[in-house]
Amino acid sequence: MTESVETSALTPAPGTSGQTGTVVRSTVLKRLFKNPLGIVAIVILLAMAVMAVFADVLAPFDENFANISKTLAAPDAVNVLGTDSSGRDVWSRLLFGAQLTLTSALLCAAVAIAIGLPAGLVAGYYAGKFEAVSNWVVSILMSLPGLIVLLTIRAAFGPSVWIAMIAFGVLISPSYFRLTRSAVQSVRNELYVDAARVSGLSDLSIITRHIFSVVRAPIIIQTAAIAGVAIAIQSGLEFLGLGDPAKATWGVMLSEGFKNVYLTPTLLFWPAFAMALTIGALVLLGNAIRDALEDGEKIKHRRQKAHQVEGAAAASAAKAARKTIAAVEAGTEHHLVKVTNLGVGYPQADGSIKKVVDDVSFHVDRGEILGIVGESGSGKSQTAFSILGLLPDTARIVGGAIQFDGNYTVAPGEDKVNQDRLSKLRGKRISYIPQEPMSNLDPAFTIGYQLVTPMVRILGITKAEATRRAMKLLSDVGIVNPDRTFKAYPHEVSGGMAQRVLIAGAISCEPDLIIADEPTTALDVTVQADVLDLIRDLQRRLGVGVILVTHNFGVVADLCDRVVVMQNGRLVEEGPVREILREPKESYTQALLASMLEGKEPMTMLMSAASSSTASPTDKENVL
Amino acid sequence: MITFILKRLGSGLVVLFAVSILVFSLLYVSSGSIARNILGDQATPEQLAVKEAELGLDQPIMTRYFSWLTGALQGDLGTSWFTSEPVANALATRIPVTMTMVIVAMILIAIIATLIGVAAAVKRGWVDRVVQIGAIIGDSVPGFVIGIILVTILAIQMGLFPATSTISTGAGADAWMLSLALPVIALLINGVTGGAQQIRSAVIKQLERDYVRTLRSRGIGEREVLFKHVLRSAAPAGLTVLSLQLIGMLGGVVIIETIFALPGMGPLAVAATAQSDQPVVMGVVMYTVAVVIVVNLIVDLLNGWLNPKVRVS
Repeated sequence: MTESVETSALTPAPGTSGQTGTVVRSTVLKRLFKNPLGIVAIVILLAMAVMAVFADVLAPFDENFANISKTLAAPDAVNVLGTDSSGRDVWSRLLFGAQLTLTSALLCAAVAIAIGLPAGLVAGYYAGKFEAVSNWVVSILMSLPGLIVLLTIRAAFGPSVWIAMIAFGVLISPSYFRLTRSAVQSVRNELYVDAARVSGLSDLSIITRHIFSVVRAPIIIQTAAIAGVAIAIQSGLEFLGLGDPAKATWGVMLSEGFKNVYLTPTLLFWPAFAMALTIGALVLLGNAIRDALEDGEKIKHRRQKAHQVEGAAAASAAKAARKTIAAVEAGTEHHLVKVTNLGVGYPQADGSIKKVVDDVSFHVDRGEILGIVGESGSGKSQTAFSILGLLPDTARIVGGAIQFDGNYTVAPGEDKVNQDRLSKLRGKRISYIPQEPMSNLDPAFTIGYQLVTPMVRILGITKAEATRRAMKLLSDVGIVNPDRTFKAYPHEVSGGMAQRVLIAGAISCEPDLIIADEPTTALDVTVQADVLDLIRDLQRRLGVGVILVTHNFGVVADLCDRVVVMQNGRLVEEGPVREILREPKESYTQALLASMLEGKEPMTMLMSAASSSTASPTDKENVL
Repeated sequence: MITFILKRLGSGLVVLFAVSILVFSLLYVSSGSIARNILGDQATPEQLAVKEAELGLDQPIMTRYFSWLTGALQGDLGTSWFTSEPVANALATRIPVTMTMVIVAMILIAIIATLIGVAAAVKRGWVDRVVQIGAIIGDSVPGFVIGIILVTILAIQMGLFPATSTISTGAGADAWMLSLALPVIALLINGVTGGAQQIRSAVIKQLERDYVRTLRSRGIGEREVLFKHVLRSAAPAGLTVLSLQLIGMLGGVVIIETIFALPGMGPLAVAATAQSDQPVVMGVVMYTVAVVIVVNLIVDLLNGWLNPKVRVS
């Protein structure tokens, strides 16, 4: 019974609500009222509430008024929904049932909030012993099956709906506790809370002013879910005949209908319908609020639709294109990679396409290091991922072509990267060094496994042979104790070590092209230089082509032969590194260089465009 | 590993002990009128006193608790105050029925919810929409209402299944399966809709992780990425969901058994509750909590196996 609550307690991501504050509230409400399902849910719940509040007025009969001469009657003018086996009016009992059911659900939620919210706030804000103890209590409460506990309560205190609902409120309070605690934990160390603390606000006013605004929306969502479960479990108890026999509730009505299921199955329908309608409205309301908080969700659905339609058209176009793609433009076959007028875009909710890469052309030759420089949002990573064929599903190629070693991977006119062609190249001839070392290794597998498997798959060698090679690779990339690293799990090694492992993985199948996406950004300054040296050494020794994506001209100056400067998805300037460094033609390149040389301002300040999370102020330290 | 298991079993015993004290003291509240409930309104004060002495109700609560505890530790859970049947016997005949249904339903939920959840996460599109809508419907209709609807339509109106599933040992395996089919379906629908939804979001979360892209960049095939890496990382979240569903199901099965008139723990628990039959209620609660403790232990062990980070600490 309780499962849906317990699990729904896991769903609301506190992070998503982290940014909502008082400021967003009005727009959330507005969005909620724009959602037809949200309106339907609110209307149903309001109607139920009105029925419950005015049950005494609306009901033609008392809930227990029995007309013995008119049992199991079909609906007529007097009893609009008929009568039950004792001759009681179904419509009246339904109304009184709504009253009791809704009140008990509210009581349950109120008790749960009264316990879970303060406990969660304190545990999340102060942590320490209180948190440890409450975690222990929570784990016990959550391992008690709700209905069994309620049976015990019933056995101890008799058939009281209110006591049962208070007990269930206590039992379910962990869901509020956990929700509040994790929300508070996620904002506790936010800067604005620190600022409030520094400015002398008391803990109490910080909690009420800053933290409460963060947990408010998730709590409303949670309450909708819990009210639904309370209704279900309360009705279940009543259905079992363990409730107060003098009260009309939906559960008792179900039980009454079930006893007469052979004679009048419609008696079952109304209470079941009322229950499903109410709980359903609560569920929909919760979902609608959630959607209003994360309005990205809606866009996603539409994106998909647009994609399918386009996809079908594109598929046939691609099929036609596949026959004719064989030859690339004559005279360009010798380039390792050639990107021609590439455009990448993302379909938006309104049907337009937002271009993140626009008309970009460049090439890389064998044994050459090409730098792609730009700030975040310049489209440099998107360009790199289109060469790898690892763009997000929603991305579209809106123009241009990419060829690798004389064959198209994206032929002119195709709107997606051709995975058939690229999956034969990826890992084998094109490889990738990611930016953030830790998140790019699967935490569940050893480093050795993650190095060996691609070699076994791609090179077709035995496991033993691959293990031998992996050891060699690990010592090649400067790992002192390859044996230990081989057996280690990713969380057992440092970030610099993990990046070396990823570099070893990238060269393990002897590729012709390595795409390195900000390979040093996430590393300590001291390790950055080592990793750059390593890439240079390997590149020289193996003679591979490298595309180095970075926002850092220092890295470019250090490593690259040629450089491409990008801004806002467009290519600004291209040329040999030395030329660009000495005589940058474009003002943007000049600005980029100037900021680097003076080192006075973080690069993110260059543009009014969204600030970046990748460009950290420390990066300028290793610039020269 | 063995110390971990022993530690967890130890803390499980502590929880059992705490719950037994709590439940015992709760039930003490209602034990005052038990003798009258058993003997009826006509009983004389002398008869009542004799009955109370017979049940040990004249003893102070501590004495009563410790005599229950020493008995329980030796496997004697007392006898029912109303039917005089030993509680251990009553449980032993009923647990197989209940646990058969719960285990079959859980296995089916694990399989079906995983298949649907993964399909929705990978294919998105219409599969995803169906899963989302299914989750809303599943959340809206309580499991026992689903049971009532199933029995009304499929058994009573259409006659496809037996309406009451009294299991006799003489009946063949197919009759037995047929009679358990509806209760199990009623038990698992909520679990499948809810579980699929949770597994879907766990898989989507994993698919968006950086390491998935890196695995693809290494030339690892889509199927291997999904089944070896993504599913494994999503499994702990799925296990947690399933274990919570199992805990909930131990309560839900009580109502389902009542609907289908199954001779499981449900009717026993309901009757004991209505009469405040303390030894039986104690037995049922202790058994259920013990099952939950074992399930949580198994889930923790599986999580440790799946997640090396947990394993180390």
